[in-house]
Amino acid sequence: MLYAILCYHNEDFVTSWPKEEDDAVLAKRGKVTSELAAKGKMGPAIRLMPTSAATTIRNGQGGDLVLDGPFAETKEQLLGFYILEGDSLEEVIEAAKRIKEGESCTFEIRPIQIFKKGVISEESLTAS
Amino acid sequence: MSDIAWIEKALIGARPQAVGALLRYFRDLDRAEEAFQEACLRALRTWPQKGPPRDPAAWLIFVGRNAALDSVRRDSRNTELPEDAAISNLDDAETELSERLDNAQYRDDILRLMFICCHPDLPATQQIPLALRIVSGLSVQQIAAAFLVNEKAMEQRITRAKRRVMDANVPFEAPGPAERAERVGAVAAMIYLVFNEGYSSSGGDAHMRAPLCEEAIRLARLLLRLFPAEPEIMGLLALMLLQHARTPSRLDGDGNIVLLENQDRSLWSRDKISEGLALVEKAMRHRRPGPYQVQAAIAALHGRATHAEETDWAQISLLYLTLERMNPSPVVTLNRAVAVFKATGAEQALNLVKPLEERLSSYFYFHGVHGALLKELGRVDEARQAFNRAISLARTPAEAAHIRQQLDALEARSERLSAAQ
Repeated sequence: MLYAILCYHNEDFVTSWPKEEDDAVLAKRGKVTSELAAKGKMGPAIRLMPTSAATTIRNGQGGDLVLDGPFAETKEQLLGFYILEGDSLEEVIEAAKRIKEGESCTFEIRPIQIFKKGVISEESLTAS
Repeated sequence: MSDIAWIEKALIGARPQAVGALLRYFRDLDRAEEAFQEACLRALRTWPQKGPPRDPAAWLIFVGRNAALDSVRRDSRNTELPEDAAISNLDDAETELSERLDNAQYRDDILRLMFICCHPDLPATQQIPLALRIVSGLSVQQIAAAFLVNEKAMEQRITRAKRRVMDANVPFEAPGPAERAERVGAVAAMIYLVFNEGYSSSGGDAHMRAPLCEEAIRLARLLLRLFPAEPEIMGLLALMLLQHARTPSRLDGDGNIVLLENQDRSLWSRDKISEGLALVEKAMRHRRPGPYQVQAAIAALHGRATHAEETDWAQISLLYLTLERMNPSPVVTLNRAVAVFKATGAEQALNLVKPLEERLSSYFYFHGVHGALLKELGRVDEARQAFNRAISLARTPAEAAHIRQQLDALEARSERLSAAQ
């Protein structure tokens, strides 16, 4: 089964990390994700820009409203997600714990109902 | 990350909100800061065992307020403080508190805290340290190091600034819409001052100052989170991200300035550039242009160009013209002249620069640009004069070294010319 691991944290906190800290976290996580990739069990890993770059579309009177910022004012924000394959929830929890190790963020594991791989040109991927 | 490191980060993140709320309770900056300090000490004692509270800022406000009230009571009655365990067992009280304080109130608390740091009575040299101390929570030692003054002098400067803003009686009632907008504008300007203090390095070690840029970006993020639909704040954040993205390539190994056109663009931070571009795009949708958005759009055009030759100078010179109309200033005209030089030619640029001479006669950059234009037009003697004037006005060795290089190139060229004759 495919699972998404959604990563939540307080944005104020994360954006006050110095670069070295961020690099260390990414390197630590990278070790686990490349192990999973070697087993063919690692899907895309995505980091989102801060919520200040977010735009929300919701229904309003007389049509769609386009608003700045995220939909909900919450203490923790969705900062990114992983998609991976696991034979059991147990296995995914173990993997998620290893990715998260030593960090103060919150991970939410959600089984994926529909997954379409999609098509994005190599050119677009290298540009972003 | 160790427990303590984690907690320190959380305390820094929660600081503006917590000190802002405590300031509203106590209406006294020193007392609010002391209460926050006390709450931080208790957090360091109790969070490692109990785990972090769900809302660190609400916890700190609650504990800080109680601790300060306790100390008032203790002073008057000599009673004992409650045990830490009793204080930290606050989950319900904390949740209740955070629900009671709606976001609007938090927003005005933080805005007020930032706003008192940019009171019009305070010169920039006091605004920046005060904001770094009060809002960001940097130590006096850190701030003194960034400004290259000794700790004691910086301590005095901050104390004087505090006294001044407290005497100025910033009102504690929630501001009306017009006043709020005015505060947002003043705070944005103060944040950009902090950034420029780090970015332009008017003397001193560039490495010591990069944290000021980071801090300004953090404050702008905070301000934008409070006012998510303000295109000028999007513009300000975008502008700083796009400029700061170039930091790794701005100085060479010897600390010399590397001109934009000679910078190694592969060193630019792609993350910051793409975030900046995303924010510029968002801001434009509002169709309420302002000076930060225009400057961000200029920085975006530089950020988009993977090679210096790809820079859209025609568009940049138009944007400078827009900026000139919004904010007429000789420095903006000078920047437009540089864009016109690249887009059209030195002759047209020189026509723009000449009328500025009187007003910018003591401005290093003016003489640098003037010299470069004269050099381009083959007016060697006048160019040499302008470059010498620039060197005499350089604020850092890097600036002086940069002009000296130009001067050397000029001499080499005129020697070649005379040899050829």
